[in-house]
Amino acid sequence: MLSLKNLSKRFGGVVAVDGVDLEVAAGEVHALIGPNGAGKTTLIGQISGSLSSDSGAISFLGVDITRAKPHDRVRAGLARSYQITSIFRRFTVLDNLALAVQARSGSSFSFWRPVAAETALFDEARALASQVGLSGRTNAVASTLAHGEQRSLEVGLALATRPKLVLLDEPMAGMGPEESNRMIGLIGRIRAQVAVLLVEHDMDAVFRLADRISVMVNGRLIATGSPEKIRMNEEVRKAYLGDELAA
Amino acid sequence: MKKIIIVLVLAFPLAMHAIDQGFYISFATRILIYAMAAASLNLVLGYGGMVSFGHAAFFGAGAYIVGILAAEGVTSLWIAWPAAIVAAGLAALVIGAISLRTRGVYFIMITLAFAQMMYYVFVSLKAYGGDDGLSLPSRSTGLGVSLANDFAWYYLVLVLLMIILYLLHRLLRSRFGRVIEAIRENETRATAVGYPVYRYKLLCFVISGAIAGLAGALIANQTSYVGPALLHWVQSGTLMIMVILGGVGRFWGGPVGAVVLLALEELFSGSPLLGPYSLHWQLPVGVILLAVVLFAPQGISGAFAKKPQ
Repeated sequence: MLSLKNLSKRFGGVVAVDGVDLEVAAGEVHALIGPNGAGKTTLIGQISGSLSSDSGAISFLGVDITRAKPHDRVRAGLARSYQITSIFRRFTVLDNLALAVQARSGSSFSFWRPVAAETALFDEARALASQVGLSGRTNAVASTLAHGEQRSLEVGLALATRPKLVLLDEPMAGMGPEESNRMIGLIGRIRAQVAVLLVEHDMDAVFRLADRISVMVNGRLIATGSPEKIRMNEEVRKAYLGDELAA
Repeated sequence: MKKIIIVLVLAFPLAMHAIDQGFYISFATRILIYAMAAASLNLVLGYGGMVSFGHAAFFGAGAYIVGILAAEGVTSLWIAWPAAIVAAGLAALVIGAISLRTRGVYFIMITLAFAQMMYYVFVSLKAYGGDDGLSLPSRSTGLGVSLANDFAWYYLVLVLLMIILYLLHRLLRSRFGRVIEAIRENETRATAVGYPVYRYKLLCFVISGAIAGLAGALIANQTSYVGPALLHWVQSGTLMIMVILGGVGRFWGGPVGAVVLLALEELFSGSPLLGPYSLHWQLPVGVILLAVVLFAPQGISGAFAKKPQ
């Protein structure tokens, strides 16, 4: 459903993303791994449209979106989460989700009718809250949530747009084992309705969740394949996995 | 508290008239007009998170439209005031369309620069008084009652302010209002859930400019005079100080700030309170502003609020 062709991005003299070809199929969890500085987050930025690409092409559901605006890509079904949690911190959990639902359902150039009267928005927001495990926290202000809950809320914000593909940029970053487990469970549940491109350093999570794995080093994809294939790949071991997997 | 304020606002002109202090009716009207202008600035600054340092441009543009039309013989408020609203809105559209491509300090500077450009345009507009400004032969006409009557004028301005505040109240609770606040909270995330944030910000900026234009039309009538000082950056600063005093992003922030700042100015500059030092009235006002910023970061209306907003 997502197809990158020869995608590149330079920052001055540094080539952050160097001729990447990548396919994400419908229904799969595709993990993107690689050492820090490999260009993974840059690539996510290019796909979501927050960064422009210097060359190459991105097509999503058969439509070329290389130059499309970020919000148009979201409307087309491409949502993302950020490596550093990005939520509406001073809104409640419910308001966060309702606001994201509102973006998708109907025009928001509406100036008279109170949002609070739109029960459909809040019903859907509540359903999302329970989907991401926050049903007990809907009235909490987002900034007061625990780190793991904020990460879950961010996934909820992405899901509220009813995406066909979500880009999750290190959803487990900064999490303890218990929170990580919960996030793995959440991603395991959403995969039934949406394809996932998962950037993650937690190898346990990657190998539990991924249908396919791509490995990025120095801006290039050096391998793509099933978890078994990647585990066995000599080049990958040398470049990145090292002893972590051998152990 | 609410009832006391309502009674006070409604009965103020009558009370002042009874004790033969007619001057204060006009003074109170000026406060109401600035309350409207400050409320419009609070929409972009407090709710939209766009720190516009050029709001006087729209205020002044509205005033000048009324002045220029009056000089050309058009005094009907049914023509002049809508024209002021539209002209200020258009100015906001042009200035906003360019300025909103920048962020942070650059946005502050570019809005300031545009406002100063407009200031110099009116300074050099010799046909309409240039530096000296322009006197209006009379207040606008068209309501059947003479607006030269300070009572009628006060209550008309009060009604308009109430209408504007009600519209803002509805707007802030509508879908649009929520999006505006979401953009202030986290523009990146607002984009990432699918909002074309630039369009929302621009429309917010235009609505705010249009309201400032109406306030400008009123101030031209209030003093029967328009001059370039209305567009000067000091005017933008005054509106900003009102919003900060009253409460950035608090619904009553603009009005409360206008009341407090103008009342303080009157207290320290006009009354015998400071004696020969009343020339330096800015000093005590500055100290009070500092105290508010340090001890009541949500402004005066925030300090008295029951729950944080």
